[in-house]
Amino acid sequence: MAQLIQQLINGVSIGSVYALMAVGYSLVYSIMNFSNFAHGGVIMVGSYLGFYLLKAAKLPFPTALAGAALGAALLAVIVERIAYRPLRTRSAPFLYFIISAMGASMFIENFVVATIGPTFKTYPAVFSRMPFEIGPLYVGRIDVLIFVTAAVCLIGLVYFIDRTKLGKAVQATSFNQRAASLMGVNTGLVVTLVFAIGGLLAGVAGVLFGMKYTVYPQMGGITIKSFIAAVFGGLGSLPGAVIGSLLLGVIETMVSGYFSSNYRDLISFTLLIAVLVFRPIGLMGKVTEEKA
Amino acid sequence: MSDILEVRHLTKRFGGLTAVDDVSFSVAEGSIAGLIGPNGAGKTTVFNLMTGIYKVTSGEIMFEGKPVHDLDPHIVAEMGVTRTFQNIRLFRRLSVRDNILTACHGRADYNVADSILHTPRYRQGERRLATESERLMDLMNLTEVASSRASELPYGLQRRLEIARALAVRPRLILLDEPAAGMNPDETMQLMALIGRIRDEFACTVLVIEHRMDLIMGICENIVVLNFGRKLAEGSPEVVQNDPAVIEAYLGAHEEVSAHA
Amino acid sequence: MNWFYIKGILILCGINLTAVLGLSLLTGFTGLFSFGHAGFMAVGGYAAVWAGLRMGLPFPVALLAGGLVAGIVSLPIGRLTLNLKGDYFCIATLGFGEAIRLVLDNVQTFGGARGWAGIPVTTTLFNVTLAAALGTFVMVRLVHSRHGRNMIAIREEELAARTVGINALKYKMMSLFISAVYAGVAGGLQAYYLGFLQPKMFSMTRSTELTIMVIFGGIGSISGTVLGSILLTALPELLRAFALWRLVVYGASVIFIMISRPEGLMGGKEISIAWFRRLLRPVGVGGAGGSGGAGGAGAGGRGVRQ
Repeated sequence: MAQLIQQLINGVSIGSVYALMAVGYSLVYSIMNFSNFAHGGVIMVGSYLGFYLLKAAKLPFPTALAGAALGAALLAVIVERIAYRPLRTRSAPFLYFIISAMGASMFIENFVVATIGPTFKTYPAVFSRMPFEIGPLYVGRIDVLIFVTAAVCLIGLVYFIDRTKLGKAVQATSFNQRAASLMGVNTGLVVTLVFAIGGLLAGVAGVLFGMKYTVYPQMGGITIKSFIAAVFGGLGSLPGAVIGSLLLGVIETMVSGYFSSNYRDLISFTLLIAVLVFRPIGLMGKVTEEKA
Repeated sequence: MSDILEVRHLTKRFGGLTAVDDVSFSVAEGSIAGLIGPNGAGKTTVFNLMTGIYKVTSGEIMFEGKPVHDLDPHIVAEMGVTRTFQNIRLFRRLSVRDNILTACHGRADYNVADSILHTPRYRQGERRLATESERLMDLMNLTEVASSRASELPYGLQRRLEIARALAVRPRLILLDEPAAGMNPDETMQLMALIGRIRDEFACTVLVIEHRMDLIMGICENIVVLNFGRKLAEGSPEVVQNDPAVIEAYLGAHEEVSAHA
Repeated sequence: MNWFYIKGILILCGINLTAVLGLSLLTGFTGLFSFGHAGFMAVGGYAAVWAGLRMGLPFPVALLAGGLVAGIVSLPIGRLTLNLKGDYFCIATLGFGEAIRLVLDNVQTFGGARGWAGIPVTTTLFNVTLAAALGTFVMVRLVHSRHGRNMIAIREEELAARTVGINALKYKMMSLFISAVYAGVAGGLQAYYLGFLQPKMFSMTRSTELTIMVIFGGIGSISGTVLGSILLTALPELLRAFALWRLVVYGASVIFIMISRPEGLMGGKEISIAWFRRLLRPVGVGGAGGSGGAGGAGAGGRGVRQ
């Protein structure tokens, strides 16, 4: 029983990081209707920024986290401007967006390899590595930090989307871009905003992920997990992305813990396929029939 | 004259919204019939149900005595029902000729191996398809623009090409969804003449959706009026035109109608 | 730069071309995006090596067997995913591609993650050229038939294609099957060229690379596919001097092409005899507007009028 709860805690911890990634990805999807494969690069750059701000600039953790998040947001906005906006203005089909995103992803990853190098880097110890002991359970300080940070970010996002005027504009745009723009919503601004938010969350996720594991140029590949999570929850649905992420995190740690970590990714992909085949709209998605 | 199409108690719900509510009507073989009503009356939904794009919630659609609802669109097409779309859906990057040639596909029966080896069956099939599409382009006055890209045609020609492409399937019932939308009066007159020719030269029954009553009165023998998903009236143009319920519905929706006209 | 090195690049070009031709049918002509074709290459590679080494089949037969197995694997996958809409199909193929790789990682008969070494190097410049040429020939004939036209119609406007009687699922399955066969053969060629197989050779990055070659050459153009795959295989190799920066440049050029010339090198046109003839005519005699990768009948028709 204790082992089960222990796995659950670990699962929620990694699931929270997935959630930060998946929400940003899903948010962009809900507005732009394409899979932003450059999201992983943004996460990775955020992670490196956090690393250098802590290690070289010796900034306190909250400042470094904020710096990394802002840097990642800036990168996400730049990617949108260069790689997607020209396509958006001539309403190119979604496949061009995807290819452009892959180009951006390749560019960012290899730029980091070329300038910083391909080696793994370990975050300096910001917190004691000693876990909290609660009865028979061990809860890493980093896991608590991850959970709290992720929760704060996601609650902040919900508040923004539901309570602010800009948030309403985002909602309206995701519901119907054309109608929203006819109603006076500046969709160009909304798109920039959505990429900035996605970037902020990606930066935070990158730092947290880097602290829990390590930093390396290919770590953007981890976003595949956030795609899976977003599909679980229903592409474009934010609560769906969070639930899907937590679920995926828990399933992964359970598989690693009880079977073998060899099967972890295999199970994830099998689940992805199962969801796509049996309930492609995901847990929280809505059924729509194509309009003729 | 027997009925080629029979719609019985057709109902379609989307979640809580009932788009088509217990609609029944029939279309006589060889006639030109109209399906009219204000915007949002459920006309296009009826077409989508007839061509298998939507599944029916309840009720049935019988074509030549056989049910066609809930079948895949391509099967409905093979049975002899095809359509055009309100927002034109051409194979945009293909030439006019290739749009029609593609739609003729059913008249050749060579397989993949034939096409790789260019067997006599392939050559014959391709020749038949080419002849057939040339004939169609001729009949529909599209020969001059045969090599133009579909997306580069003027609006009126795009509509005509879409009808030609539908005729390439050799339908016995063709459904035209607002064929005059966006056309000027001149083009509209030509279109009305064309619809008459289609019926006569292709031995084909025509069902036309329009929300502009004036346009449809001239060519239709029988008209079904929908409003809010329900059948409001049915009959000859004179009967429908003088029906108080129809007049009421049209006056009530007047603003919307003119906004889209 | 010696001949041995150049020969190696040419062989790689041939292998990639074979895989990209198939993907071109799926993406360029049918409008379906796959991020899992490296998975089919893997299946074909392993099956071809199994057929050659364990079953003792001759090389060409082993290659075909690899292609066939990849094609067969694609059928249930297609049945399950081809009804999904655009992005979902994309993610599903990604999932299948990765799943295939991860399964191979765990199957010890094939060497697991360490891979399968000691495969006799049988792929030569001669037979890879033969395979690619044959593959090109078959593909050209295929897209110039009613089957090819039906696939193009699905790419252009699926709903309309279905209402003119095209069985969209059937043609998508056919397109996926054929593209998987091509990928499988390419996987076999690659295995017999490198002399070893490893699951990680068939990652999502490899699938992406193939897709980029299709897009680079231009959607709906076989000649574009040929040009695109040869250029994009050879260029990075020739840029080896800039080792570190070449993939950065590669990524940037992909974006550049998407935003500046999204129709790809050939923009849906084909290089053909008629094309050369038009090239030699004085400027200003308008071409036929270049209908999309339409087909032989279309091109032939233009020829008659000229």
